[in-house]
Amino acid sequence: MAALIETRNLVKEYIMGEQHVLALRNVSISIAEGEFVAIMGASGSGKSTFMNLLGCLDLPTSGDYLLAGEKVSDLPNDDLAAIRNKRIGFVFQQFNLLPRTSAQENVELPLLYSNVPPAERKERALQRLTQVGLSERTGHTPAELSGGQQQRVAIARGLVNNPSLILADEPTGALDSRTSIEIMALLQKLSHQGMTIVIVTHEREIAAFASRIITFRDGQVISDVANEPENAEADLANMPLPEVHT
Amino acid sequence: MNLLATLRIAINALRLNKMRSMLTMLGIIIGVAAVIVMIAVGGGAQARIQNQIKSLGSNLMIILPGSTTASGVRLGSGANQNLTEDDAIAIAKEVPEVQVAAPSNRGGAQMIAGNNNWATQINGVTPDFFEAREWPVATGRMFEQAELTGSAKVLIIGQTVATQLFGDADPLDQTVRIKNVPFTVIGVLSKKGQSMLGQDQDDVAMIPLATFRNRLFGNTQGKLRRVGVIQVKVLEGANMKDAEEKIGDLMRQRQRTQPGQEDAYTIRNLTEILQAQEESSRIMALLLAAVASVSLLVGGIGIMNIMLVSVTERTREIGLRMAVGARGRDILTQFLVEAVTLSLIGGFIGIVLGVSGSFIIAKFAGWATELSIHAILLAVGFSAGIGIFFGFYPAHKASKLLPIEALRYE
Repeated sequence: MAALIETRNLVKEYIMGEQHVLALRNVSISIAEGEFVAIMGASGSGKSTFMNLLGCLDLPTSGDYLLAGEKVSDLPNDDLAAIRNKRIGFVFQQFNLLPRTSAQENVELPLLYSNVPPAERKERALQRLTQVGLSERTGHTPAELSGGQQQRVAIARGLVNNPSLILADEPTGALDSRTSIEIMALLQKLSHQGMTIVIVTHEREIAAFASRIITFRDGQVISDVANEPENAEADLANMPLPEVHT
Repeated sequence: MNLLATLRIAINALRLNKMRSMLTMLGIIIGVAAVIVMIAVGGGAQARIQNQIKSLGSNLMIILPGSTTASGVRLGSGANQNLTEDDAIAIAKEVPEVQVAAPSNRGGAQMIAGNNNWATQINGVTPDFFEAREWPVATGRMFEQAELTGSAKVLIIGQTVATQLFGDADPLDQTVRIKNVPFTVIGVLSKKGQSMLGQDQDDVAMIPLATFRNRLFGNTQGKLRRVGVIQVKVLEGANMKDAEEKIGDLMRQRQRTQPGQEDAYTIRNLTEILQAQEESSRIMALLLAAVASVSLLVGGIGIMNIMLVSVTERTREIGLRMAVGARGRDILTQFLVEAVTLSLIGGFIGIVLGVSGSFIIAKFAGWATELSIHAILLAVGFSAGIGIFFGFYPAHKASKLLPIEALRYE
């Protein structure tokens, strides 16, 4: 399979006052299309910095980042915005949904920035909400949804512009364990459909659902191993149902 | 992203913060309403002041006979009794800038009514005189044509004369004897007050010009229709200088003045008052502009303030929008459109309030207001301008945020 993501000697240095902090030191990684990768590491290990570089939210101090063969590390801001818009779907720990805005409108957001006509926006948003199992709740605002449901809305938003890559930064960090596994089941399902997914997590149980685990420490990759993924669906079936499911 | 979608986002954002949006708009609303009301009231005030100044005679010109020289002694203006009623008629007819040219004569005499007497100035005039001086009859009536031609013994008196001769009694239809000629009082003039030189202008009595000549002050000049002074009122908006020049040409021609010879007439106008009028207009306009711009500026700063707060408060939202593909200029447009929408809605409400406010003031305060479409357009333009100007800095600030820093912002 072709490498969707390729990094060569990626370095990120932060300057905080007098201090220079090396967040990433010569990280070279290749991720193929369709892989489900978990990036692990303690806080400060550089995993989030790496994720931000992958998502074109930040630029490396040195080194190259190739997305689908295209060198993106030296593109102008507007081109980076277009890549974030069309090629990458983001899922955040805190969901980052627009408050007091319906689930459907939240999902439509990326389409707004790629000039999709309103009727098509609505259609695609509803389709993605159905895909994540929220067809009944399209008109609800984030405050009216549970954490798991909010994260599903965020995933639908990540999917709506047909990206080639889903980047999830601690997607289960703000969720209880059952809901976390539900979200992982959803991501696994997407992975089986061929989507490339990279998640950042510090929980081994969550990383266990991925097919490849990369571990960071002090800005360097210390291990990169294939993993026989746990089946989230099966785990769910074995779990007792919670007494109150919201 | 198209403008319509941006507009929807902006309106949504404003709707989500109703209270704050309303308070921000309040600055613009008050500013715009104040501008409109102030310009309306100020315009009314200016028109009133100009009217009052005009009634002092800013567009008035006085033609006096010229000087004569007897044995090398120059006698000063008015010494040569060479103005005639026909000069007045000619001026009114041939100088297009002239509204009326009113010939008059004056003389002093004692007036006796019952057992009161009072010495005052008697003017022989035509109705044109009252038009020129903008001096209407308060009670009673004006001279009629038959009275003018027939040298009728009718009299219109000033307020001071009325008080001196009749006290609180009604002077109308009373008889007043002047030089033993009985006159009937047909009207009392409205109060004019004192002139700029402290002269009581109401201490005066008016009789028809022909009556003056034929019955009271008859002398050899009577047959020549000589008059002491011609008061000329220039049409509104016409140039005083042009009028003065044309009248001068006409008079020289009528008086057969040779080139190089001294003019046999004198023209005077109230330049001083004219200058005062121009000055007052300018000061008024300046004052209005100053107050209006201060209130709009305050409103604008209010918008900038709120937009800055809004940008800070919504930093994470900006980060998210950037993460899902918004470019810097999308963010810039969004906040700019928000600011402009805010100020335009505020501006619109301000116009409604300002217009109704000026109507209410006109109705209840009895102060004539002049609504001007210019003021309204100015206010709209200003409020949009303020939105762009004061919205730009916060919007620019938002658009320059780095996506990752905006997303991490707490």
